[in-house]
Amino acid sequence: MTKLILILIGAVFVNNFVLSRFLGICPFVGVSKKVESAIGMGMAVTFVMLLAATASWMIYQYILVAYGLQYLSTIVFILVIAALVQFVEMVIQKSAPALYKSLGVYLPLITTNCAVLGIAILNIDLQYTLLQSMFHAVGGALGFTLALVIMAGIRERLEGASVPASLKGFPIAFIVAGLLAIAFMGFAGMM
Amino acid sequence: MPPEILNAVLIVGLLGLLLGVALSVAAKVFYIETDPRIEQVEALLPGANCGGCGLPGCSAYAEAVVTGKMPPNLCVVDRSCGEKIAALLGMSVEEKEREVAVVRCRGDMSLDNKKYKYLGDISCAEAIILAEGPNPCRYGCMAMGSCVKACKFDAIHLREKQPPLVDRDKCVGCGACVSACPKNLISLLPESKRVMVLCCNHDKGKSAKDQCKIACIACAKCAKSCPVQAIEMVANLPVIDYDKCIECGMCAAVCPQNTILFIGENPAIAQLEKEKAEKAAAAKAKENTDSNQGQES
Repeated sequence: MTKLILILIGAVFVNNFVLSRFLGICPFVGVSKKVESAIGMGMAVTFVMLLAATASWMIYQYILVAYGLQYLSTIVFILVIAALVQFVEMVIQKSAPALYKSLGVYLPLITTNCAVLGIAILNIDLQYTLLQSMFHAVGGALGFTLALVIMAGIRERLEGASVPASLKGFPIAFIVAGLLAIAFMGFAGMM
Repeated sequence: MPPEILNAVLIVGLLGLLLGVALSVAAKVFYIETDPRIEQVEALLPGANCGGCGLPGCSAYAEAVVTGKMPPNLCVVDRSCGEKIAALLGMSVEEKEREVAVVRCRGDMSLDNKKYKYLGDISCAEAIILAEGPNPCRYGCMAMGSCVKACKFDAIHLREKQPPLVDRDKCVGCGACVSACPKNLISLLPESKRVMVLCCNHDKGKSAKDQCKIACIACAKCAKSCPVQAIEMVANLPVIDYDKCIECGMCAAVCPQNTILFIGENPAIAQLEKEKAEKAAAAKAKENTDSNQGQES
């Protein structure tokens, strides 16, 4: 039990997917303009990551290992994740059209989001059990959401700040992202 | 075939097949009903996705029309589709006149008086960064064809040593070239308007003339000659009030720089020439009577 909680908290802070593993940078920069849509994106990614981690773990252990096809893991994970994201997109479009509109182009982008592929591969590399993988996925996704929400909060304030003209928009966002990553380095080595 | 390869192909193939079937089932289960009229309206639209209506594409515009956010007659490409859409949706439309792009510069580029030789990428937006472009006139056309590239209807073409020419038959008035021009030289005018000022140089007479032989020198002859006071001089350029303009062509006829264009036969030129001939005849007649009187006395 302690190990599970450690994995969860470790994935949120110490090995934050965005700010220390540098996975999933595209939505981190793209969907971090408003806190509201950042939370929506975080929820979508959490859902997809949990599903992807579970599905990919099962497929890896019960199909790929059984037939000695571990070397195919990357391509199979991509296949599974792409199908999952399509599925999630359909569900969201049906059940929450407003969320679907605010996520816009970024929802299909989860398909190619390396955070989701990263969780599947990391779970195999770290030799986690199914339960551990799921906790790792939820922790990683929460860490992703946390990074996104912090970033969105700062960028909402930046709108009103007097940023030099040449740094307006994305340049200042990258600088902020760099500072945030340095801040998260403070957690490094705590576990 | 070795069994490892067969296994790999079979397993990945089967997995793909299963996921595909699952997705197609999900697509049926989670099918979203959309207003069928949106598709019908979109089918009536030309599908040019030019952005002339103000929305990014035809499908967005179709949705806006069906939901009542926008009127059905905003399509600039196919003017007849507004009526068809209105008939389909049971709405009424007002006729909107076709607008045509006008390049408001006649810039004479035959002179070899460029500020520098521009060797960069042939793009107006990039050329303007360097000292407002190589042209001596900082307001004028650089003729690098950003507007030509922006046009989706092949309606604007580059010419030798002259600003690009708009093909008035092909132009649909979508305004893509208007936003592509970094010097804001292109504007949309209703097709029926025949008088237009083709210079954007805000400098005073002499310096404008130094930059370009056919620039507006702000002499205000057009404003003075206008019988209905439809022309006002604003920042050294004449501005035509099209609500007042009666298209007499007088401004174009008196312009010493040929800056004002009158499309078609200008009635004022004939009138001016007639007046001139009458004056000359009157002067001659007066001279004759004067000399006759001199002889008599």
